[in-house]
Amino acid sequence: MGNRVGVIGVGQTHHASKRLDASGVELIAEAVTRALDDAELSIDQIDAVVIGNMDHFENINYVDNWATDGLGSFMKPVFKVTTGGTTGTTVGMCGYYHAASGLFDVVLAVGWEKNSESDTQAAIATCANPVLERDPFAGAIGPLATEYSMYMKAYGATEEDAALVAARDRNNALNNPYAHNRMACTVEDVMKSPMLSYPIKFLDMCPRSDGSCAVIFASEEKAKKLCPKPAWVHASVVRHDYTHFGDLEWQWMPTLETGSAAAYKIAGITDPLNEFDVAELYLPASTCGVKWMDSLWFCDKGGAPDLIRKNTFDMDGVLPINPSGGVISTNPIGATALIRIGEAAWQIMGKAGERQVPDVNKALVTGFGGCSWSDIMILGADLP
Amino acid sequence: MERVAVIGVGQTKYEQGKRETFSELVFEVATRALEDAGMDITKIDNVVSVSSDFWDGRTISSMAIQDAAGAYGKDITTVEGDGTFGALYGMMRILSGSFGTTLVVSHHKGSESNMNGITNTSFDPLVERKLGLDAVSSAALQARRYMSKYGLLEEQFALVSVKNHGNAKRNPLAMLPMDITVEDVMNSPMLATPLKKLDCSPVTDGACAMVLAAEREAKKLSTLAKRVWLKGVGHCTDAYRLGDRDLADTRALKDAARRAYDMAGVGPADIDLAEVYDAFSYMELLWLEGLGFCDDGMAAEYMERGVYDFDGDLPVNPSGGRLSANPVQVAGLAEMAECVLQLRGEAGERQVEGAEIALAHGINGMCGQSHCVWILGR
Amino acid sequence: MTDWKDEVEEIVFEGKIAVPYTWTVGSTLSKWYGELRDNAKIWGNRCPSCGRVFVPPKIKCIECYKDLSDWVMLPGTGTIETYTVVHYEEPDFHPKKAPFVYGIIKMDGADTGLVHLIDEVEPERVKVGMRVEAVLAEEREGTIMDIKHFRPIA
Repeated sequence: MGNRVGVIGVGQTHHASKRLDASGVELIAEAVTRALDDAELSIDQIDAVVIGNMDHFENINYVDNWATDGLGSFMKPVFKVTTGGTTGTTVGMCGYYHAASGLFDVVLAVGWEKNSESDTQAAIATCANPVLERDPFAGAIGPLATEYSMYMKAYGATEEDAALVAARDRNNALNNPYAHNRMACTVEDVMKSPMLSYPIKFLDMCPRSDGSCAVIFASEEKAKKLCPKPAWVHASVVRHDYTHFGDLEWQWMPTLETGSAAAYKIAGITDPLNEFDVAELYLPASTCGVKWMDSLWFCDKGGAPDLIRKNTFDMDGVLPINPSGGVISTNPIGATALIRIGEAAWQIMGKAGERQVPDVNKALVTGFGGCSWSDIMILGADLP
Repeated sequence: MERVAVIGVGQTKYEQGKRETFSELVFEVATRALEDAGMDITKIDNVVSVSSDFWDGRTISSMAIQDAAGAYGKDITTVEGDGTFGALYGMMRILSGSFGTTLVVSHHKGSESNMNGITNTSFDPLVERKLGLDAVSSAALQARRYMSKYGLLEEQFALVSVKNHGNAKRNPLAMLPMDITVEDVMNSPMLATPLKKLDCSPVTDGACAMVLAAEREAKKLSTLAKRVWLKGVGHCTDAYRLGDRDLADTRALKDAARRAYDMAGVGPADIDLAEVYDAFSYMELLWLEGLGFCDDGMAAEYMERGVYDFDGDLPVNPSGGRLSANPVQVAGLAEMAECVLQLRGEAGERQVEGAEIALAHGINGMCGQSHCVWILGR
Repeated sequence: MTDWKDEVEEIVFEGKIAVPYTWTVGSTLSKWYGELRDNAKIWGNRCPSCGRVFVPPKIKCIECYKDLSDWVMLPGTGTIETYTVVHYEEPDFHPKKAPFVYGIIKMDGADTGLVHLIDEVEPERVKVGMRVEAVLAEEREGTIMDIKHFRPIA
């Protein structure tokens, strides 16, 4: 791990299915203004800006230039990064590297999306190789459904296990004023919801949302001066190993397995289940919240259903997962993974309101997207 | 601050209608860059790719090429914009202390896309897009503003095209080496006044890769002969709507250039050659002013006096410039590669004698809204 | 020995990204377009801190990053800062057949220029510095084309 950087402010919009009151630039301005307020900074104190989203969702080229008015980036250093669903963590990590490089002290990282402006699945389908895989490709849900059926067969996980995860995340969102979907939800509600792609049902799956998130990173010295309790970055690892869906490993989540192992090593974590106090994970479907627990080294392969059934990851459990309500409750794709960073940072800073987990010292963050890709970030209350 | 060096570069020939796929192009240049650096892919710690979802016709454009870039089991990220910004991020990641080497790759196949349609999407769908503006018509507005502000002539802009296509004759990688005259430029088909076909860069395919290394790694992995230092960099963005700014005012470029010069501890007078983003003929002159090589409004006169010729005081675009090959996204990285070759003394027929410090410049957005300036040196 | 690639018949696939879009215009521009469409008026907005007036209206001042709460009605006249006569055809997205003229018009009462079409004048006679006025479309839908074009002030 290199130079030390902390998160010193976070801002989010109130995410919704369709924010008809706000254009993309207005959403960005909302998130940026709130992040500046959160950090008690003015825009003049921002040294550099990085922005990300998935182009084809809004059909705007050179978004880093287009968003100037909302970003407050006039006459500032700016560029854009984008990597599909992992864009949010890519943006956050870019903010981190800006500040860690020594070239910039206070960096604004913004993720956003107005998924209401297009057909999400049609746009996602263009990620597949047009010559080899695009025609039979079924959007995001197909691969996720397929991998869970294989996991069910191999280890006896059930649809109810996934429903427990869905209900957990959805009920958590009731404490999060920014979440898109805030609904009381039982296992029965999930099991009765319409089947999308076996075994994933409507309430197992994430929505698509309009929203934006802004996270402010600062180099060590500046962070200490500007913020009473920064959330320090302890590790940042990316594994985007796959290009073709046909190459994927279906029994476990290889990129999450290798990525988290590498991140834990950097951060000195040997017992993740007990050492982390909270986790904000990019679970696009509740089924991932069962299967991927193995890949995060919380248990042996196939051990996840047992942990789920014991309420291990509930708000009062051993390791609360997604106090924010997670991706199942809110999903403005270019911002989604950045929201995980922002929420985890707030947990450490003690600013998570009604969804605050007590005494958070270490937080785990993941991003997901593309062809079964994983991003992992670890934040901590103490300097790394 | 630790120094970062370029220790390997690889480029394809720039041409139209390439038959290789994106990943074949990236594999080609990544392989060349590694060979040039005398190292293998295992010594690459992380990858920064540079591409555009729009020009690729594919969301998550990085997905197409990351295996070709050797990113399996490694950190990889993607900058969407010009290659100069990608190289900047690649350097930041090394300076952060997390990585010792970065492979920066970029690809572009303009011939598989509709250039004007794609640049039209840079305009706000809520306002200007419906007017049907694109890169050419907006550049034409900027060119006319530049002319009327300083009393410049189309013939002066044409000198840039003559020079750059001529320079391309010495560059085996360039797409359009040509012997043309000012009259040829003036007689070429008018696209949008005052820009004629020969004032505009072509649609091009190509790829480029670069290996960056922290000083400690560079000393282990490469020979002195191959090492070129990234001495300074700066980037800055102006206002978005065309009407928000004086299109002939290069304030954002001046800001970016100042940061780069300050970091490198040099000034314009120290630069031995410059690769500048001449997407259109007039842009070379406008950017040269913003880079501090002469006062505002004076570049045309200097151009007439031969200052920027290959054998002039400050050779500009000895590679032939973007007017001779413009693989968008790749272009800035290709400029940096050219600077590296020049500083190493490996530029063959187009070698600028005694080159010690070079400048490379990239732009993002329409009418050069956003700029990135690099200073490289031995 | 020949390279096997030399013998291959190269195949090319044609494709298109066919994703329909509906863009949310947002509060600021919705107000601007509403006024254009319903009242045939062009407004700008002003920064309460530095006094700059923007048209098209902005959500925040570019210098101060403050919300722009003051709206200013503009006379709809201005001066051509720059222009171009377009001679190429792009039937998919050009508003008219070539030749036609784009201009950036520095709007009276505002600190910014508006990009639009210039018409009702021979393209060769358009000049930088020409005084022009907005001509509104008869049927207006709440888009930038509610302004039909700008024409020289007689």
